Amino acid sequence: MTRDAALFEFLCRMGDSTLVLGHRLSEWCGTAPALEEDIATANTALDLIGQTQMWLGLAAEVEGAGRSADDLAMRRDAWDFRNLLLVEQPNGDFGRTLMRSFLFDVWHRRMLERLTASSDPRVAAIAAKAVKEVAYHADRSAELVVALGDGTEESHRRMQDALDRLWPYTGEMTSDDEVDREMAEARIAPLPSELRPGWEEAVRATLTQATLTVPESAFAHRGGKNGARHSEHLGHMLTTMQWLQRAYPEATW
Amino acid sequence: MYAQMIKSEATQDDPEKLAAFQARIDRGEKIEPKDWMPEGYRKTLIRQIGQHAHSEIVGQLPEGNWVTRAPTLERKAILLAKVQDEAGHGLYLYCAAETLGVSRDEMTEMLLDGRMKYSSIFNYPTLTWADMGAVGWLVDGAAIMNQVPLQRTSYGPYARAMVRICKEESFHQRQGFDVMMKMCRGTDAQKRMAQDALNRFWFPSLMMFGPSDKDSKHSAQSMAWKIKMNTNDELRQKFVDQTVPQAEYLGLTVPDPDLRWNEETGHYDFTEPDWSEFMDVLQGNGPCNRDRLEARNKAWDDGAWVREGLMAHAEKRRAARVAAE
Ligand SMILES: [Fe+2]
Ligand SMILES: [Fe+2]
Ligand SMILES: [Fe+2]
Repeated sequence: MTRDAALFEFLCRMGDSTLVLGHRLSEWCGTAPALEEDIATANTALDLIGQTQMWLGLAAEVEGAGRSADDLAMRRDAWDFRNLLLVEQPNGDFGRTLMRSFLFDVWHRRMLERLTASSDPRVAAIAAKAVKEVAYHADRSAELVVALGDGTEESHRRMQDALDRLWPYTGEMTSDDEVDREMAEARIAPLPSELRPGWEEAVRATLTQATLTVPESAFAHRGGKNGARHSEHLGHMLTTMQWLQRAYPEATW
Repeated sequence: MYAQMIKSEATQDDPEKLAAFQARIDRGEKIEPKDWMPEGYRKTLIRQIGQHAHSEIVGQLPEGNWVTRAPTLERKAILLAKVQDEAGHGLYLYCAAETLGVSRDEMTEMLLDGRMKYSSIFNYPTLTWADMGAVGWLVDGAAIMNQVPLQRTSYGPYARAMVRICKEESFHQRQGFDVMMKMCRGTDAQKRMAQDALNRFWFPSLMMFGPSDKDSKHSAQSMAWKIKMNTNDELRQKFVDQTVPQAEYLGLTVPDPDLRWNEETGHYDFTEPDWSEFMDVLQGNGPCNRDRLEARNKAWDDGAWVREGLMAHAEKRRAARVAAE
């Protein structure tokens, strides 16, 4: 794999993860548990869509095939998506949505912090912009996980269910493959496995405060970030998200 | 405008106090939460601000309907930001109403069980992407007509909320118009969507201003109190005069065969909306009334455990702090 091909893959991993999570969060639009949550959820979704424009914009530039960020977002099929499996999982109740954000945000923040020192200045610039937003996402989701884990019997049960359900999707975030090794060698990005100890420490600290029990199984589903096997959910999401572009391919919007 | 047919409450207060209160309003003074005010003024304002707040909240739904189908990343971001603004407007307005002694939760309950209303316009469906243009252009446009003068309304917290809201609403209107421009300069299918959106939203937008002045019973008292700044017909006329040239610029046809410029009056003559349809919508029989209220009720019910959980946690924290002191 050439360096640019690996970089393209890596940029799609970043941009597709923010796109898919941003889209999932936007599904809450107008129906969150309280007005403040509606506003905050929309705000996070907005940040993530903005980051998507940057990551996929750079991916398109690196690819050099005349595609735009929108082409990548709206005209690829599921097998070309490189997002983490975690973020394509359906929203479920607000607890599951929140837990999914929390597990991702902790990773996302650490990844971006490292990327601010990337040898590729374009990557470093995007990371520097995004990390401020994501630090806020991570603080907020951790705070809510603690509150709802500790809140009532029902909120505790729902948060524990969410954690149990989503835990097997966390391993993929910190697993390495050929693309990652190529990026690490070029000092463009850290090896994901290097993020594991810090991620786990931060996650465990918050979950302990939230009185939640970390599942023991270390089993990890894979197939999102290399596109080998997405879940069934992604296709449905794309069906909705890409519909206008697919139905009216000559139109500009 | 998001407040329609606001019934003004009769007031049985000391005539001297009433006269002094009216004199303050006539001098252009702002009434603040701690000032004395007639019971009718307070109740009318709660109803009006509440209806306005509920409209912002329910108004998220027809546009939220297209957030997951926005055609580009930029359009998705713009639409999300707009819907987020509307939630913010709801928040400011609930806060303004709270200064009159009614809590947000109480008002929410009244929306959910149908005791309080929201604008009729949000009971119409959004069926194509062009509706995101039409809603911004026409619905936010009509809202601005009413809300700009309300920046001078007599009740301080309401007037100040309006100042913040108006800035964002004019931004929404420009964005809506921009979507329409793209559609009208686009493919045949896009043009068709744009015309269809105008066809469906024209008369419902005119209804936003409420019934004709001759049938509008509650205006006089509200206007004297400067809760209502213009009559329904004045605002409707202003809206038509502003919007028709915009439609022409877009190359769209306003769905009113009797629409024409009147040299003598210096205004457009136009057909009134079908007021029986308006009454149907107010009575719950609009195309989406059931859907909208169901969606709000579901969000509220599904979110109950979250709100309770957050409160329980806050209470535990408070208790722990007290114990530590
Ligand atoms: Fe608004
Ligand atoms: Fe609005
Ligand atoms: Fe608006």
